[in-house]
Amino acid sequence: MIVADKKPIEEIIEYLKDHKNILVLGCNECVTVCEAGGKKEVGVLASALRMYASKEGKEVKIDEMTLERQCDREYLDELRDSIDQYDAVVSLACGVGVQFTAEQYHDKPVYPGVNTCFMGATEERGLWTERCQGCGQCILATTGGICPVARCAKRLFNGPCGGSTTGRCEINAEVDCAWHLIVDRLKALDRLDEYEELCPLKDWSTDRAGGPRKVVREDVQQ
Amino acid sequence: MTTKTPSKLEKILSEGHLAVTSECGPPRGSNPEHIIKKGELIKDHVDAVNITDNQTSMTRLCSLAACIRLKLMGLEPVLQMVTRDRNRIALQSDILGAASFDINNILCLSGDHQSFGDCPQGQNVHDIDSIQLIQAVRHMRDEGKFLGGDELEGRPQMFVGAAANPFADPFEIRVPRLAKKVAAGVEFIQTQCIYNLDKFEEWMKGVRERGLHKNCYILAGLTPMKSVGMAKYMQKRVPGMDVPDEVIKRLQGVEKGKQAQEGIKICIESIQRLKECEGVAGFHVMAIEWEEKVPEIVEAAGLYPRPNGN
Repeated sequence: MIVADKKPIEEIIEYLKDHKNILVLGCNECVTVCEAGGKKEVGVLASALRMYASKEGKEVKIDEMTLERQCDREYLDELRDSIDQYDAVVSLACGVGVQFTAEQYHDKPVYPGVNTCFMGATEERGLWTERCQGCGQCILATTGGICPVARCAKRLFNGPCGGSTTGRCEINAEVDCAWHLIVDRLKALDRLDEYEELCPLKDWSTDRAGGPRKVVREDVQQ
Repeated sequence: MTTKTPSKLEKILSEGHLAVTSECGPPRGSNPEHIIKKGELIKDHVDAVNITDNQTSMTRLCSLAACIRLKLMGLEPVLQMVTRDRNRIALQSDILGAASFDINNILCLSGDHQSFGDCPQGQNVHDIDSIQLIQAVRHMRDEGKFLGGDELEGRPQMFVGAAANPFADPFEIRVPRLAKKVAAGVEFIQTQCIYNLDKFEEWMKGVRERGLHKNCYILAGLTPMKSVGMAKYMQKRVPGMDVPDEVIKRLQGVEKGKQAQEGIKICIESIQRLKECEGVAGFHVMAIEWEEKVPEIVEAAGLYPRPNGN
């Protein structure tokens, strides 16, 4: 899933300082799972904003709503009839949702309510870690199912670097060395001999480097 | 072995001499006096001098410009090049620029992570890694082509090196990792600083078992300790460094004013021991911000005078 983290409330207050009618808009997908932008967090943020407004003696109307998804026009259309009541939207969806909402409602300011962090997994409640950077050309078949692009701080294709100590990355002793994990996994799969195969230069044109990307699937287009 | 480039370092190694290299860190400013002075201090005692490339991610005068300075003084520079800061366009371009000044040695590295340096908020590039950089230089030199396939007008005549850390984890892939660098085309290796000689010799045994020492020249890396504090710092804080407790105890065993001399003594003894290690083709003496001690170490280790190499 896409993992997001809460933005400091002060930052959100600053965006909203000139607005009087605000919609706090949650998303029922990834950000709900990572507890950053679902219905519950929408409620918490809206209450905090109301309290702030009341303390400042400002009259501000703050409504709450959570869509099934903000990355889908079908669900964003649910806002069509009510959007004119608001002069600003704070979207607690990931950066995709924020942008897609803004695209749908072109004359409405849509502010981000979370920091979108990465594609990752839930290790345990309150701990999410990165697994994928969406490089567009998956190499997990050759690296024991562990991604050096997302998990090595230097995204080495022929690692580990000389800074790996007791399985930990040189940048931080709390970060696993991706190549240590790869070596352990290749060993467990009885494929350690594959470690010596040289990984060729990566074609980054399918990555961010190639510019904004799209996936076109004629087979599913109508 | 026959030589493939005009590199003086390659020539000395190919003639069977134990080579001696050292390194200089460029200044943190535009004044070249610093690098010229360092070069002057060591020029008669080493065969080649590495110029570090923004080591520990602290921004400095660029390696290429400092190499040109040394070259103009008649020294033999080794251009260190990290893949952290440049993509494949910039790497190839700098290789050609260096070759145009007859810089004939390159050391291919990934580089320390930028979080260690003065721009921890900066982006890193890592378009290719150090092993792929070895392949890239060999491709340019031997095939006479850019990575994109176009023909080069003039091939970079570079003797291609890389680093090896026999002490990083996991230990079991340390020899296979060298084998990968050899397969990629590396011609010389400069190792991480060696303090745990037993472990280094164990690694060299694995290297010899696979005959890797016959396919590349291995220069053992040595850095003299200046103090107990430095030894403790290296042990605890420098990633991938293996400083045994005995080294610290030995330095603690002498009074503070004599610790530096003891550190130099340890360094000299290490060189003498490793001269006997089959497969060690020379020594890379990295006296960090202590270049004036290099001549003393080289002389006391019996590595002076240096062969002509021309």
